[in-house]
Amino acid sequence: MKIAVCVKQVPEGNRRLDPSTKRLDRSGEGALNPFDTHAVEEALRLRDAAGGGEVVLVSMGPQKTVDALRKALAMGADRAVLVSDEGAANADLVGTSRVLAAVLEREGADLVLFGQQAADGDGAVLWAAVAERLRRPVISQVAELTVSDGKARGKRQTEFGYDVIQAPLPAVVAVSDAINEPRYPSLKGIMGAKTKPQETLSLSELGVEAGAKTEVLALSEPPPRGDTRKIEDNGNAAEQIVEFLAEKRLL
Amino acid sequence: MTTLVFLEHHEGELQKGSLGVLVKAASLGGEVTGVLVGSDVRALAEQAGKFGAAKVYVADDASLGAPLPQPRVDVLASVVRDQGIDTVLFAASVLGADIASGLAARLDAGLNWDLVDLAQQDGELVGKRPALGDSVYVDVGWTGPPRLALFRSGTFDPVETGGTAQVEDVPVQLEEHSQIATMIEQAHAESEGPNLEEADVIVAGGRGLGGPENFTLVEGLAQALGGAVGATRAVVDAGWYPYSTQIGQTGKTVSPKLYVACGISGAIQHKVGMQSAGTIVAINKDPNAPIFEFADLGVVGDVHQVVPKLTELVKQRRGA
Repeated sequence: MKIAVCVKQVPEGNRRLDPSTKRLDRSGEGALNPFDTHAVEEALRLRDAAGGGEVVLVSMGPQKTVDALRKALAMGADRAVLVSDEGAANADLVGTSRVLAAVLEREGADLVLFGQQAADGDGAVLWAAVAERLRRPVISQVAELTVSDGKARGKRQTEFGYDVIQAPLPAVVAVSDAINEPRYPSLKGIMGAKTKPQETLSLSELGVEAGAKTEVLALSEPPPRGDTRKIEDNGNAAEQIVEFLAEKRLL
Repeated sequence: MTTLVFLEHHEGELQKGSLGVLVKAASLGGEVTGVLVGSDVRALAEQAGKFGAAKVYVADDASLGAPLPQPRVDVLASVVRDQGIDTVLFAASVLGADIASGLAARLDAGLNWDLVDLAQQDGELVGKRPALGDSVYVDVGWTGPPRLALFRSGTFDPVETGGTAQVEDVPVQLEEHSQIATMIEQAHAESEGPNLEEADVIVAGGRGLGGPENFTLVEGLAQALGGAVGATRAVVDAGWYPYSTQIGQTGKTVSPKLYVACGISGAIQHKVGMQSAGTIVAINKDPNAPIFEFADLGVVGDVHQVVPKLTELVKQRRGA
């Protein structure tokens, strides 16, 4: 079985918006989007349970996304494809889904996996747009996934309880972070990741344009929520919480 | 402006989130319509009139019974094209988000999500989206119609404004790929459990507790404070605690006077269910957890150390 996992690099540590572009500042260190590690883990488990196959990482982002991809390769993915192009820097849902769908068309995976959200932009919608462009069935928010007899079956939570949805492969599935506990890369995995195939494509090589139909107009201060206080526990945090609650007359 | 609001329904009731968005749409003016998709749902269409819809398009067909997103993308796409709709609005939900995103790809239309407001500015629609743990607000727009938007759940109150809606049936023509996924089971959650919506104090636990056995810490503190116990989606999905206690987008929305979050990172899915609490205290060992950006008091520390001590101190104080 061939499984493609769409992953994203997100800024590490304190995030900020660049006032000139009004977009997320991606100049600092990056990390593999933690929600995506669950999708990578699920792909590895499915590949290994099937006794073979391939797990391909698919990503779009700046060139340094290769660092995040290397982490997923160290976890055990087989190969990575990165679309990196200045022309994709402002891509929104419409543009990103078009680019990812073009790569996925080329790859022709049986199963395409996504994590449940991007930790930076809080977006949690990309899979449905990609599935629409691929004209494939989609199952989102999956907390339990089984693949057998050429069918994917996902149990997922909605506002009203649990659903079980089934779709024959090829299919697109977005997994929730409750689905598994992602493994840490082993030393062997980390060493091995350096020699795994990594391909970088431009938009012209892919024959597709990115683009955006949404725009960021301005940044502003949020309405005040009152003072937020953050303390480190030096052994007396419980006392400090009690004092705080007493001050607020909540005890 | 011709606006279409997706009207989500469950067990014969229009969902409050959709009705709230409808009220918001009506306040912006223009022609406000709704779309209702399902099996045996026509009777619900008229209710939407009370919340500001002048017209409701109804796709009522046995094949649309299961709440799956892809057939709904087909219906909405044809309504947008045939009726000259320029703006399509959704209340955030598991179903609504998937439809909005699929529709964006189908129509090559811009989708802005997680909006908490929408306004007309100099003749253009501008949405407001909190970003980076709500530490900054971003004004977002669209390069042109159709414009699609998803609103954060619970953003607008569904206040009845009176009025009646004209009901118009629309044809149902489904794409091949939209009919591939099938719903094979729908287990609706039991409604019993503590009444979290009415509790003055809630102590909630997340994945940071480390395991289901550590929920005793949360229960102990809740008991000492005279409050109820809540849980995040992650721990409910992992089977640590019952669904009836879940707080968040796919669980309950609560607004207690005091909310104590133990080992909860504060993902947006959880936040939307508890952000209107009067006072939020968070204990988490990860100093970068988003919850610290909106907790009134954030404690960077180990829940296993802090919570038992806190429980003891609260008991002493209340006993005194």
